Parts: sequence; structure tokens; C-alpha cells
Amino acid sequence: MIDDRVMARIEQLAGLELSPEEREALKADLTRILDYFQKLSELDTQGVPPFEPLPGQVNAWREDEPAESLAQGESLANAPEQEAGYFKVPRVFGEP
Amino acid sequence: MDVIIGLEIHVQLATRTKLFCRCRADYFAAEPNTLTCPVCLGMPGALPVPNRKAVEYALRVAFALGSEVQPRSQFDRKNYFYPDLPKGYQITQRAVPLAVGGELVYLLDGEERRVRIRELHIEEDAGKLIHTPDGALVDMNRCGVPLVEIVTEPDLRAPREAREFLRALRTLLRHLGVSNADMEKGELRCDANLSLSQDGELGTKVEIKNLNSFRGVERALAKAAQAQAEPLSRGERVMQATYGWDETRGELLLQRQKEEAHDYRYFPEPDLVPLELSPEFLAQVKEGMPELPWARRDRFVSQYGLSARDAEVLLAEPTLADYFEQVAAGVGDGREAANWVLSEVLRYWREGPPVPAGELAELIRRVRAGRVSRTNAKQVLEEAAEGGRSLLELLESRALEQVSDEEELRRLAREAIAAHPQAAADFRAGKAQALGFLVGQVMRATRGRADAKKLSQILRELLTE
Amino acid sequence: MSLTETLTALNQKELALADVVASLWKRIEEREPEIHAFIRLADPEALMRREEALSSQPLRGLPIAIKDNLTTVDLPTTCGSKSLSGFRPPFDATCVTRLKAAGAQVQGKTNLDEFAMGSSTEHSAFGSTRNPCDPDRVPGGSSGGSAAAVAAGEALAALGTDTGGSVRQPAALCGIVGLRPTYGRVSRWGLVAFASSLDTVGVLARTVRDAALVLSIIAGHDPKDATSLPLPPHDYTENLETKDLQDLKIGLPREYVPPGLSPAARGLVDRWCQALQELGAEVVEISLPLTEYALPAYYLVSSAEASANLARYDGVRYGLRVPGELMAEMMAATRTAGFGREVKRRIMLGTFALSAGYYDQYYGKAQRVRTLIAREFEAAFQEVDLILGPTSPTPAFRLGEKADPLSMYLSDVFTLPSALAGLPAISIPGGEVEGLPFGLQLIAPRLGEEKLLRAAYALEAALSA
Repeated sequence: MIDDRVMARIEQLAGLELSPEEREALKADLTRILDYFQKLSELDTQGVPPFEPLPGQVNAWREDEPAESLAQGESLANAPEQEAGYFKVPRVFGEP
Repeated sequence: MDVIIGLEIHVQLATRTKLFCRCRADYFAAEPNTLTCPVCLGMPGALPVPNRKAVEYALRVAFALGSEVQPRSQFDRKNYFYPDLPKGYQITQRAVPLAVGGELVYLLDGEERRVRIRELHIEEDAGKLIHTPDGALVDMNRCGVPLVEIVTEPDLRAPREAREFLRALRTLLRHLGVSNADMEKGELRCDANLSLSQDGELGTKVEIKNLNSFRGVERALAKAAQAQAEPLSRGERVMQATYGWDETRGELLLQRQKEEAHDYRYFPEPDLVPLELSPEFLAQVKEGMPELPWARRDRFVSQYGLSARDAEVLLAEPTLADYFEQVAAGVGDGREAANWVLSEVLRYWREGPPVPAGELAELIRRVRAGRVSRTNAKQVLEEAAEGGRSLLELLESRALEQVSDEEELRRLAREAIAAHPQAAADFRAGKAQALGFLVGQVMRATRGRADAKKLSQILRELLTE
Repeated sequence: MSLTETLTALNQKELALADVVASLWKRIEEREPEIHAFIRLADPEALMRREEALSSQPLRGLPIAIKDNLTTVDLPTTCGSKSLSGFRPPFDATCVTRLKAAGAQVQGKTNLDEFAMGSSTEHSAFGSTRNPCDPDRVPGGSSGGSAAAVAAGEALAALGTDTGGSVRQPAALCGIVGLRPTYGRVSRWGLVAFASSLDTVGVLARTVRDAALVLSIIAGHDPKDATSLPLPPHDYTENLETKDLQDLKIGLPREYVPPGLSPAARGLVDRWCQALQELGAEVVEISLPLTEYALPAYYLVSSAEASANLARYDGVRYGLRVPGELMAEMMAATRTAGFGREVKRRIMLGTFALSAGYYDQYYGKAQRVRTLIAREFEAAFQEVDLILGPTSPTPAFRLGEKADPLSMYLSDVFTLPSALAGLPAISIPGGEVEGLPFGLQLIAPRLGEEKLLRAAYALEAALSA
């Protein structure tokens, strides 16, 4: 079920870049875990809706009233890199 | 070969605050990262709380399009990584959107066209990315601004249909008061998909993203259709692809070939509870809605006796339509008001009315009362519109009130006749144009204020005595 | 001394805040080098200085320890992760705000399994916490730091978070009280999300009364959390004392006393039943056959939600950044370096459970099984008022003993089902097994906190007699 191709795809979707050793270990873990989780198919869930932790609670919305935003300095206070009031990140496109 | 076009439109809703937090939503001219908070910055521990007004505005659109509102809908997470997406997911609606179905009717060459709507839903906007040579700059001000996404069925058959459809949609959105829908400001964004169908067989779809002007939409679609037509006519297959549009160069830029279906791993948003819209709530929203443009158009025709065409023009802008009605009320005559607004005021209209409705109404009243000549009125209007001065002030200062007093006119007429005996003689001798000359003289002397019609009559009388 | 006793002493001027702080810090000095319950401590002098300012408020300036996945402005919030090392959020969690409003002070941030994922507090980026009863053993997790601090006398009380048992299980392993309220009873604003539909803020304390006191301060609707129940705060210390439990019917599920349970543990369970009967309650055997399915359902749901909740740690706006030439590189490198093995494992598991082609079989299935488990509890609560059982199958295990993830997960069997159903539950000291604390768990129906606390209070007294 969890072959290298699936691992590679999941890794990419998860935004991770595992070392070969980590990848092997996690592949083994996931295979075992998912095998064990097959248990769930023993249960008949035909017509059973997904769980609602807050039964009957709907429309928990708010009025369109503004509140003070963070100052620019506060927004950027934890930024690893900033420039002229922006968060700075590496190039998005292009060859490395 | 038939061109098949569908559109995915994102409309920025003109609410005061963002969709899930209380930061102000009017980010357009703000300094970067000054309209942000832990929620829209995606900070750990922050939670979304939906803006009720955004739901109401989206509902207005649904009602106007005749879409079926889902009594119960939910929010979902759309998961992907991008620097302008702070949580690493967008909160949107997928499994159960706010409304499905409906249509927008628009005019093309005077003919009615219909485009069916597949669905519309609410979602949050992402931040802004500025690409620089050594990296990218991220501004989160726009992050979290409420959007309505409208997905059409592929009912459009030509690039210019798409353009006219978008124009009609923009007008509708403005009339609904939910968005200014200005494409240049990013308040209305459009992704288009196009395929060519040959012999009834639907070809491969290409997607064009990030179109931000009506003209751009038309040009890009035309280019895409052209680009596809060539290989197809040679019997070649077209690759499924996604393009961006370069407005300045007028070129399609290939972004992705053979689109790998993104796995967004949608699942219901656990930080939010479902929307359950009661019939009472929906009725309340409907009642609070401004008049729909087509209802207003019909009313202009029936209430004011306007032609459908004139009504249509006045309804291009809700502010114009409002203005017209204010003037009509002030004048007491819809057709007269429409006449003035369309032929004299419209040309000066920029962001809004060039002169206040009240002042225009007053001017028209004075013309109707014969106190000001039509010519002088138009002149003063131009001055007020271009120079920005008050119409009424100008009228007073120039003393442009017409001379229509009988006594006064007689006096002026006698003066003119006395000053130009030759002309008087000519007229008596049968030269009709000599009367015009004398009228002109009086007009000169009164700087155009004489009531021309009355003056002519009086001169004629005096000369034939 | 318990929190309540300390407050009484302060109120009666037998002690001053400075005395309390000094005594706590003395204990910290003695035990911290071995236990390592705290990641960060406040400045005790600063705490003492606020005595006068806070003396008129209910908690009179007393320090409370806060698990490091609850945001505080006073001290950094790391969630036990390299990815958030040094992170200073600009807002306090609501539970912290409410404690401060009642006059409490933040004593420090306690250690936890990274992002609350774990049952042993061995998975922190800042070292493991040890069980004060035996430093070779784990304190449990993920709120191991909070539990150890209270058990060691370093803290009067602490806030923790319980997603699948992370407050109850460490309380059981350290021999103190751990309370998990109904999902939504306490605001999640400021609780760094692990599994949004499961996370609850909980209390670790020396006595049931202390736990009830803290819950009374932090519970109640919060407009900043759309999933918080629309209920006001409540004084849970009010009706705590009951002489007897005559009106109560307690169910003991046979699945909570499995064959694998040690004879010593079994003996304790019998003793609990006897104590309850002596208090006038009726104890009956019930069956919850879906118990064994709670583990896979829990791990699939929680990992899926976690995989999305942790997507925000991308190195853009806060936290760790590992440089990279391209954005995608930087992000992957940052996340891979910032997260520990267990977190990566769960993110991968969760991503898989949501991915195309697997959603229905894994995440979708798990959410439906969850409904079945909740219904099973509802049916049980038609028969009985409360459910009894051991909190954990065994007392504290040794560090490194449960290296295999599955065996670690299996140690949560008794706390997972109630967590999945969003039910309130409490663990109180239930005696000793092999000289180590062994916890007793009571589970109540939704919003049954009063009943739960009253029974726990009576049982606590009976068992310590």
C-alpha cells in the first residue's frame, strides 16, 4: 500500500524532504499503522453521517465591525526576514 | 469549429471587515502588512469567525442570479502551500457551496443572451506577492478579504461575449451594492477556460488565469482560440494547459502543461460550524436588497415614460440611475430629466456626477420657466462641470436670467430698430433674414439673455406696425 | 498545599504572595534539574512585586503554570518544537486572559510532546520531562510538564491540553488530578491547534476542588472561537460537596477492564467499585464494544487535522527558517528540520488519510466511526450517569520503553473514546500499582461537568481516607 511512489507524493504534499533513512523508517511505520487501521473496515457505517462535535450549533458568525489591526512592526515582529514592510521570501519560480 | 468558453469569477465583497477577522477590508492603498492580525496572518492559536455581512452580500448575488440557496452549507479547507497563503490552506466552500444554478442575462447587439451559473460560494482571498530579482515580497493585507466565486457553465461562444457578460455582471454587482467590481483594482478577477469543439466533439480545455481587464479577457480568449484552431485544423491534438496573460505584450504565457490534478485534500473546516440559513433570514436579506437593475429598468419605462434604450444607459451605473431619479424628482418630469442627463450631463461624468442633482434640477426648472435660455443653461453647465464651480453661483454671478419681460423686450427691440434702420427697412422690403440680424443684435446687447422667441415676435410686431 | 488552601492562607493573611512564590521557586530549584517540567520560567521577583496590585482579585496574584502550546505574551510559546523556538505571539490565549483577569500570573511555560503529539513528553525538542515519582519514568503526555510541575510541588496548578487524553493520562501517571471539560466549554483561542475537533484546554491540579476552581475561571463562551459553546461561565466549586452519591448509577465497561490489566490494577478497580458502593452509588457492568476502534479512528482524524493545522509552519512569517534558494526548497527544508520524528509521522499519516483516492476509506471512515462511538456513549448514558475505569492500562513506563509508535498509541485506549465523543472526563489518584500512581477515570455525558466533579470529589475523599 505504501510504496516509494506514494511516499514521494505524500512527502511533497506534506511539504517535507525526508532523508533516505527517515523515509525508510516512516514508510515502515506508516505501513504497519495503516495495516492496523484496516480494522475500521470491520464496522458498517452505511448511512452514518460524519461526526458533529457541536450538535445543533450553526451560524456562529459576527457583525461587520472593524477592530484595530496589528501595527506593521507587530505583524513583522517574528519574521525571519523582512524588507521595507514586507515579509521577504526566496524566489518562487525559476531554476535553483 | 465552435468556441466554448466558461468563466470562474472572483468578486471582492465590499464589506467593512475581512471574512474571518475584524481587520478592515479596504486594503487598496494601505501600507504593507498594516491591516493584519493573528487570524489573517495564520498565527498559531488563531481562529476564524465568519462575517455575517459577507454571507448576506453573497446571498444578494445568489438571489439576483436566481440561484438556489442551499439551506445548509459548510466551509472546507483547500490545502496547498504558497507564500501568500498563511495557513497553508484556504477556507472555501466545496462540498456544499452557498448556492447552485441560476443565470445571468445580458445584451449582445441588442439581443438577450443567457449564461447559466453552475455554483457560487464564499471564500477568503490570499495575500499579495511581489516578485523581485532576488526573491519575493509578501503583503498580507489582502489576505482574508471576502470573495464570492461565481462559476459559469461553458455557455459563452465568443471572446466578446465573455467581455459583455463580465460588463453586465459588474453592473449587476454595483447595483446590488456588494462590490465595486473594478477589474483594474482587482475587485473582479477572472479565470477563463476555453475549448474548441469540432463536429460536436468537445476539444481539450485550456485555462487562462489572472485576467484583470475586460479587454484583456477578450484578447486573451481570442489568442487562445486562434492558438488552438491551427493545430486542430491540421488534425493534431491540443495539450491541456494553463496560461497566464501578459497584458502589455498581448501574449499568453504557458504556466503548466498537462495539468497534474492538484490534490487539495478538501475536508470540512473543523474550526467553523455549518451555515444554516432559515427562510426568515433569507427573506430578511431579500428585503434588504437594493432594486434589481432589470426591475429598475422596467420601472423607469413605466414610471417615467423613458424608452428602454434610455433606461438601459441610465442603469449602466447605479450612481447614474440614482442621480437621474433625484433630478427627475426635482424637475417633476422624468423625460425632461433623462434628456438633460443623457445629452448634457453624461459627457462630463467621471467618477460621479459633475454637478449636484439638486442644482441640475433647479437649472432645468428655470429653463422650463423661461427664465434662462437653453443655450445659456448648457454653457453654464459646461463651466460648472469642467471648472467645478457651483451651477447656481454661476447663474447668479453672470446674471444669466433671461430677459422675458415684455416691456423690457419692447424697449430693447425699439433700440435695435432705431440703431439699425437699414435692417428694419430690409425686413419691411421682404428680406426675412433681416429679422434674424436684429434678434442677434439684441442678443448681443443682452449677452444672450433675451428670450429669443418672444423677441422675434415683438420685433415682427414693431416692424410691421 | 493545594491552590484552594493557599488562597485561604493568603486571604487570612497567614501567608503573603512572596512566601508562596519563594516556596515554589525553592521546590523548583530542588527538583527541576532532574524533572525538567518547565521550558521557561517567569521572573519570581516580578511575580512577587504584583502582590498589592492583585491582592483584591480572586486569585490574588498566584502563579499558574501554562503548557507551552497555549499562547502567552509574557513568555515565548514554542509548543516544544524547534520550528517555534523563540516565537512570541502578540496575544494571550483566552484561558490565560481569563486567569489573569481573575488575578493569576503566568508562572512559566511547561514542557510537552511537540505540538501536543505524544503520550510521554519524550518528544519535545527541548528535552524530556521526568516523572517526579520516579525520574527514570515518563510523566505521561502530552501535558507531561504541567503534570510533573504540579506533582512535584513546583506549581500550584497548571493548564494543559487534552486531545486524546493528554491531560488525564499524565495526571494519572503522576498521581494528581487531570480534568478534561466538554469540547467547546473552554475557548480554543490561543490553543495552538493540533486536532481542531478534539483539542480542549484542561486543568492539572492537586485536588478536585482546585480543578473545579480553575475550570470555573476559564470556561465560558468566547466570540473569538466559533466552536466555543454559547454558554456563560459557571461556578463549579459551588455544589461540590455531597455526603453521598445515592442518586448515581456508575457503569464499568468490561472493555475498560481487559484481560491484559495487571492483577494489582484489577484490585484497585475493585476497590473503587467498593468505595462507590459505600458512598451509596450503584455500580453496574456495561459494555462499550466499539472501544477498540477508537484508536484507529482517533489517529486518522487527529493526524488529518494536524497535517492541515501544521501547514502554516513554512518559514515565511514566524518561527524557524532554513535558507533555500527557491521558496519550495526553503519551506521543505524548514519543515523537515523544524519538526521531530513523531510530528512528521503524523503529518504523513494525516496527509495520506486525506489524499485523493484514500479520503473515504480513511478520514471519511474514521469520522463516521466516531459518530458510532459517540452514539454508543449516548446509549450507555441512558442507563448510567457516569462511566468508570482506569485512566491508563499501566502506571508510568520507562523512558525509551515505548519506542514503537503503535505501542505508544495503545497506551491511550481508555482516554481516546471519550475524547472522540467530545465528553468531559477526569482522572484522580486511584492508588498505586508497583509503587507508582495509578489513575481512576470518570466520564460524564456532554456538559455533565457538575455531576462529574461532585462524584470525583466524593471519591477522592473516600479513597484518600
